[in-house]
Amino acid sequence: MNRAAPRLGEPASLWRMRIVPIASVMIASALPLMLPVVASSPALPPLGLLFFLCWQLLRTEMWPVWIGLPLGLWDDLFSGAPIGSAVALWTAASIAIHYISQRIYWRGFFHDWGIAALLVAAVQAAAALIAHPGSPPGHLLGLVAPQIVISMLLVPLFLRLTGQFDNFRLKRR
Amino acid sequence: MVRPAHRRPGQSRKAQYSLFVAYVIAVTGAIAGLLLALLSVVDPVGFAQLRVASQEVAAPVARVTRSITGSISGVDDSISAYVKAGTQNRRLRNELADARRKLVATSALQEENRQLKGLLKLQQTDKAALAHGYLLTSTSTSSRRIALLSIGRNLGVASGQPVRGADGLIGRVLSAGPSVSQVLLLTDVDNIVPVRRARDGLPALSSGRGNGFLDVRTLNIANNPFKPGDILVTSGTGGLYPPNIPVAIVVSRQDDGALARPLADPGRVDAVAVLRPYTPDNIEAQATLAPNPDAAP
Repeated sequence: MNRAAPRLGEPASLWRMRIVPIASVMIASALPLMLPVVASSPALPPLGLLFFLCWQLLRTEMWPVWIGLPLGLWDDLFSGAPIGSAVALWTAASIAIHYISQRIYWRGFFHDWGIAALLVAAVQAAAALIAHPGSPPGHLLGLVAPQIVISMLLVPLFLRLTGQFDNFRLKRR
Repeated sequence: MVRPAHRRPGQSRKAQYSLFVAYVIAVTGAIAGLLLALLSVVDPVGFAQLRVASQEVAAPVARVTRSITGSISGVDDSISAYVKAGTQNRRLRNELADARRKLVATSALQEENRQLKGLLKLQQTDKAALAHGYLLTSTSTSSRRIALLSIGRNLGVASGQPVRGADGLIGRVLSAGPSVSQVLLLTDVDNIVPVRRARDGLPALSSGRGNGFLDVRTLNIANNPFKPGDILVTSGTGGLYPPNIPVAIVVSRQDDGALARPLADPGRVDAVAVLRPYTPDNIEAQATLAPNPDAAP
């Protein structure tokens, strides 16, 4: 029997369907700490958060609402933010996406871009405010503003990348 | 166009309950996470050990990528360098002229200083570094400025030890793992360093701005005494950083102090030294350790 060729109606590998989205978010969260860059300001976009939002916008039903708890904890371990902040904020973001996906029934590309941009801005700003409760809020927002703008502009790229990963995820052998 | 979600569970009780439970888990988890975050802001050392494990995972990869590419200096620096090239050029010319003048004055002072130090037999006391390592990588997506140091408890690094480069102060050790440790950089918003002006010993406090610059405030608020070009060194007050480590150079005056640039750029620094904290028992231990140069004629 020829096992190499895909058979008609055969579903994609269940393991790959589950692991690809989670692995992509986890690797993207850990990647900035593995690059040999000593940054003097928060310059890199939050890669893990962008993938997390894009997966949820593309496949809202794929994950339960609480997926932000483990993935946020993983991101906290690598991002340097106080442990627990991404746990709370990512979960809040995923609740927001689930709520919006009920409000806006057919979402288009610009809807997705707008939602992701809004959530990235909210999450990064709130994370900075939680991390430094003693500092003036205006200064903190000015600190993360460049990063938020870069992230907003990169959302379409990450949507595309997520789409590519999704094609790989559902590919039949 | 994204397919709309079928979140409505219909008549199935099981589906209704599982959806409800998912939301309950999410909301309670989020609230617990928020409390945890507030706790770890209040007590950063207690939760630092949790993060050490993840950094032990990241460190080997960072070592490999660093050895492949070398240390790339800050990405943001090179972007802002293009934007500010013109004004920076003019400022640098002025600084260079200033520095040349000062160099002449300093070389005479240095010679005098060397002779005086020889008299006082003090030149050996500040050279005792605990260990040497290099900065592997740093957090670059969050507002905290934490770098990873390539050595840990295996070489005697412990939390609270100051870290300096050849040009000046880098920061202090936040927590030490088995083979890597976290360094809270000078430019972190929460890193406050007692400094004094090198010229006249005017005491001040420097705190990071989080974007590569420092805020410097004097302790007495009579008038704003800072001038661009003032050099700030650690004062030794507070018992963490040893005195006379170069910290920053004042770039511009502000309403309530000055804006300063760190003298040691952690993105470009090659090797860093971990020092002993400046506590009374350490100072005494170093004084007895210092070799006695009486043998020389």
